[in-house]
Amino acid sequence: MGKTLFDKVWDSHVVNTIENGPQILYIDKHLIHEVTSPQAFNELEDRGIPILRPDQIVATADHNTPTQDQDQPIKDELSRKQLAQLSENCKKNNITLYELGHQYNGIVHVMAPELGVTQPGMTMVCGDSHTSTHGAFGAIAFGIGTSQVAQVFASQCLLLKKPKSLRVTVNGNLNYGVLPKDVILYIISKLGTNSGTGYFCEYAGNVFEEMSMEGRMTVCNMSIEMGARGGMIAPDQTTFDYVEGREFAPKGDAFDEKVAYWKTLPTDADAQFDKEYHFDAQDIEPMVTYGTNPGMGIKISEYIPEVSDASFEKSLKYMNFKKGESLINKPINFVFIGSCTNSRIEDFRVAANYIKGKKKADNVTAWLVPGSKQVEAQIIQEGLKTVFEDAGFELRQPGCSACLAMNDDKIPQGEYCVSTSNRNFEGRQGQGSRTILASPLVAAATAVEGKIIDIAKQLASASSALIN
Amino acid sequence: MEKFTTLQSRAIPLHIENVDTDQIIPARFLKATDRKGFGDNVFRDWRYHKDGTINHDFVLNDPKFTGSILVAGDNFGCGSSREHAAWAITDFGFKVVVSSFFADIFKGNALNNGLLPIQVTETFLETLLTQIEKHPETIIEVNLENQTIEAKDLGLSSHFEIDPYKKTCLINGYDDIDYLVNNIKLIEAFESQKTY
Repeated sequence: MGKTLFDKVWDSHVVNTIENGPQILYIDKHLIHEVTSPQAFNELEDRGIPILRPDQIVATADHNTPTQDQDQPIKDELSRKQLAQLSENCKKNNITLYELGHQYNGIVHVMAPELGVTQPGMTMVCGDSHTSTHGAFGAIAFGIGTSQVAQVFASQCLLLKKPKSLRVTVNGNLNYGVLPKDVILYIISKLGTNSGTGYFCEYAGNVFEEMSMEGRMTVCNMSIEMGARGGMIAPDQTTFDYVEGREFAPKGDAFDEKVAYWKTLPTDADAQFDKEYHFDAQDIEPMVTYGTNPGMGIKISEYIPEVSDASFEKSLKYMNFKKGESLINKPINFVFIGSCTNSRIEDFRVAANYIKGKKKADNVTAWLVPGSKQVEAQIIQEGLKTVFEDAGFELRQPGCSACLAMNDDKIPQGEYCVSTSNRNFEGRQGQGSRTILASPLVAAATAVEGKIIDIAKQLASASSALIN
Repeated sequence: MEKFTTLQSRAIPLHIENVDTDQIIPARFLKATDRKGFGDNVFRDWRYHKDGTINHDFVLNDPKFTGSILVAGDNFGCGSSREHAAWAITDFGFKVVVSSFFADIFKGNALNNGLLPIQVTETFLETLLTQIEKHPETIIEVNLENQTIEAKDLGLSSHFEIDPYKKTCLINGYDDIDYLVNNIKLIEAFESQKTY
């Protein structure tokens, strides 16, 4: 029987199998940040264990960083200390760190791919559940807890049981205005938040094959929101072209050799998955969420479902929405375009393309937070910054920002935020905040209109006006 | 890691599904650089109102309920990989969490911190939750060796599954680092013969 992409990468990284127990899995790259690493450094130090392979670790500061005045000392004392701790730990252990202000600084899942740290066929981990992002390259990448961060520090390995395999196939032509974010929100709305628990998910079909690397990263990023530890897409020419020439990508003959190997990774035709789902691209429309988990999503044109269930009702009460109502025309005062899901250059191009020549609605506070210093530089270089500023949007400095509101970028109590991030949990964007997840296009349109609009309808009438 | 063998305790019923790790410990409390003290802020935004006053409607603030077993609704621990969630729960005094479904990363984090996640059927969970709500004084007995959870007074009993390796670790207080560090030679040999 053939092997899946996941099988091929996993099996090549198994150091040993414990009888009736887990396997020792070798980890190629370990990404770390300030929030989930300090306790792991402490643990190793307390036990007198050295870090085995510091050159396979890359560190960045992202979760707890301000998005304004990054050249100034951080005002919040605890945040300042946490970042200082990361710098000290990295220095002491010879770990490469892209700290605040460095030209390569950024959200860990944005900066590692853009530097070519992320490559097909690798195993990668990070103390962050959205590590699944890197699966877009055909890597096995997943989030780990801090005890596991310490294990990788100590041994460059983890003890794991091999997860089951799941494949989600989407074929067909995507409708105009449907972005990768809508595709993944649609899949999660159909499958629910725990359908992937215990599985690694492969995304297949022409929809993903035709996506850019940025789009594939958006999709794989949210695998964890359906419970899957990781998501993967087979590496192909789009992947190779993206990786080639990046700072840490192999060069010359070494690159060609790698490509030859990467080409052997895609799932064999006769491979079997433990679970399979199929969707038709044409059924997907621009999406929004209405509840407090990412599975509670609808097409913008749909109504909130009428479900009688205590959890469902608790969720709607928190959001102050009613069963059976539409979200179209809901006034929105906050818009956030950013996070490891949607803060890459392509996301800002989509937003700028919509915003150009329009103005932000007066009631809206709109924050645009690039995923990295490199994305920020590109926004300026391509002239997008001018577009945003002319329209009244605020371009901030890179970081995780209002996705998890660890810094000062918090949505006030009771306010709705149309957000391109990945989680709409209670209070995720600030105590009492209400998050509506959407694509960068929907977020941009919301900011311009000051309310949620039926973007597909607006685009259709705009294009028919052009044709006429 | 602390050993776990058996436990007899009352339980606290958290009758809510999809409890995510942002609810267990909100991100604004993740700025500490050690593992201690997270219990103060466990379920912070459910235990306290925004003005800092106690929310008396929340089960953890109800003096009727006490104990070191947390019984929670389906799909517990989804979301962020923050191990702070497991630290907060153990720091608050819980040794066992019962649910009908656990998110992968939370489950692993719990086991790495001597916190036993017990997965039961939805029917068993629903009965257990309603019965504890009716009879808060109920004593629950957990036996890891036999893999059983029982509430004798209520005539409730269930077997639970656990990975045999993880079971041994919990019973003996071993953790994965010990095992991995003892295998460094094997790991180095793998590195020198990598095929990819």
